[in-house]
Amino acid sequence: MPAPHAVSSPDAAPDDGAGGLPGEVMIWILIISELAVFSAGLLALLAGRLTDPAGFAEAQSHLHRVGAAVNTVVLVTSGYLAAVAAHKAGHRPTVARRLLMLAAGLGAVFLAVKASEYIDLFTQGIGTETHPFFTFFYLLTGFHAAHVLAGMVLLMVVAIRLAPRPVGVAAAFWHMVDLVWVLLVPVVYLL
Amino acid sequence: MKYQTQKIALAYFAVAMALFAVQVTMGLVLGYIYIQPNFLSEILPFNVGRMLHTNSLVVWLLLGFFGAAYYLVPEESEREIHSPKLAYLQLAIFVLGTAGVVVTYLFNLFDGNFALGNEGREFLEQPKWVKVGIVVAALIFLYNITMTVLAGKKTAITNILLLGLWALALLFLFAFYNPSNLALDKMYWWYVVHLWVEGTWELVMASILAFLMLKLTGVDREVVEKWLYVIAALALFSGILGTGHHYYWIGTPGYWQWIGSIFSSLEIVPFFAMMSFAFVMVWKGRRDHPNKAALLWSLGCATLAFFGAGVWGFLHTLHGVNYYSHGTQITAAHGHLAFYGAYVCLNLAIITYAMPALRGRDPFNQVLNMASFWLMSAGVVFMTFTLTFAGTVQTHLQRVNGEAYMDVQDQLWIFYAMRFGSGVAVVLGAVLFIYSVSFPRREIIEAGVKVPAE
Repeated sequence: MPAPHAVSSPDAAPDDGAGGLPGEVMIWILIISELAVFSAGLLALLAGRLTDPAGFAEAQSHLHRVGAAVNTVVLVTSGYLAAVAAHKAGHRPTVARRLLMLAAGLGAVFLAVKASEYIDLFTQGIGTETHPFFTFFYLLTGFHAAHVLAGMVLLMVVAIRLAPRPVGVAAAFWHMVDLVWVLLVPVVYLL
Repeated sequence: MKYQTQKIALAYFAVAMALFAVQVTMGLVLGYIYIQPNFLSEILPFNVGRMLHTNSLVVWLLLGFFGAAYYLVPEESEREIHSPKLAYLQLAIFVLGTAGVVVTYLFNLFDGNFALGNEGREFLEQPKWVKVGIVVAALIFLYNITMTVLAGKKTAITNILLLGLWALALLFLFAFYNPSNLALDKMYWWYVVHLWVEGTWELVMASILAFLMLKLTGVDREVVEKWLYVIAALALFSGILGTGHHYYWIGTPGYWQWIGSIFSSLEIVPFFAMMSFAFVMVWKGRRDHPNKAALLWSLGCATLAFFGAGVWGFLHTLHGVNYYSHGTQITAAHGHLAFYGAYVCLNLAIITYAMPALRGRDPFNQVLNMASFWLMSAGVVFMTFTLTFAGTVQTHLQRVNGEAYMDVQDQLWIFYAMRFGSGVAVVLGAVLFIYSVSFPRREIIEAGVKVPAE
């Protein structure tokens, strides 16, 4: 918890971060909370798999692994662009703005690939209740996709009114989104 | 008391205390019915008594929140309340509505009438005219408080308080939506009560606690505000989707079992943060505020809320556990300690803090007040343990062994008898509390000679 740290320095500026963390304390609390939620979901999936390995493997074979690999490259690249934008936000605003828009654009590519997978699964008649694996699949990837959408909005908002601190916060959120995806891919698509 | 209009709080607290007395008395009657099932069965059927017990609780807690807002908003905004007249009108509407509910229910009047008859949904039994009255009163309140805050200084405490109170009022609108599909009915029903106690009320709780810590410990406002924002964020993050733990067995899709389990497990975090907040503030605090009883209630509130809402909630929130424990006495144990710790203690803390100022006297009768804290809290904690044991036995006999409901209830008699005993302690504690804040005119125990610490 970063907050107790804050107590020890009551006269510090309200947005000094915690222990040298970049950005706001609040975004780190959000990131930790999100990681806790996704980790719990992944652990539950792994626990469920123990009860029915064959059923989970069969269900998993319906997924688009190539699409997931493409999406990994897309999202990690997008995260890199956001990180570069955070460094340039102070002295190269125009470059930073373009990089942020590009990062958000790659987010849209990610969602398009994701949507094609969902549509294909739906046309096969696979829903959230088809098999426990798909309950987890739709929950985890659906939640993640919602975060991609929220992150894109965030990136575009900070690009419009460019300043180093908000860009840092948005980039931290965006990295959380690609970190979660990198954790999801092996458990959901590969194992 | 720096502002004249803070006096409005006194009327709210008085009505709240009266309903508090009704609530615990009704609780005692119900506790007796558990051990002597035919007690009052002709005059006061169990379901009516149960409705009075829970509804008077919810209404007095709300009145306490309103009173707290009328007390602390002038101090925070450095302004008088926008309109004292409207504040008293709001209270009158509430009193009329409450009386209407009680009379309608006790005598079973206007059954089936669209506007006048009771609506039969647990907690939302109020006839439609009372529901409309609640909305009108809430609008008056929000108008009054918001105008005061907008005209004056804006602080984190008033921001979070207003956020909580506005969301509280908006969520009540779901009380009017009653779909005929039972699963949908239940789904929206939880929007009111659940999103209150695990969402908006937590914001109200955090901001009132922050106000008390600010005043009682003298810690810098910036520090208090930082904690407040963190707690509010944690409460909303976990509490909104945590509602999913009510959607396990009502006919909603299966994924709610996972959403509910995961998010509601995290609901313990804001309560842990509130407990840490209260204790860290007291340790860091430099001020030696004379109102020690208010401090005791504040710390008791944060601690018992953590155990009642946090720990006892987590106990049966995972759907694999809840599959067996759903609707047993485990739920009752959680309900009692959570409501007592989080919201009863909070209201009694702000009342204990405000009453000396409202009545123009020094902090008074802290000894009696503190005795009432220990008596009431010990009673509720003992009750929680007896009900937890009863629930554990019940879960095993009824859900695992498959014995019939009433056969199991017979075997739980000893727990119910002990629960009744703890209920007596709670009622005595409540009476002592009401007496100690209302009647005595001077300290019973004189303050000792102050020796400055080395």
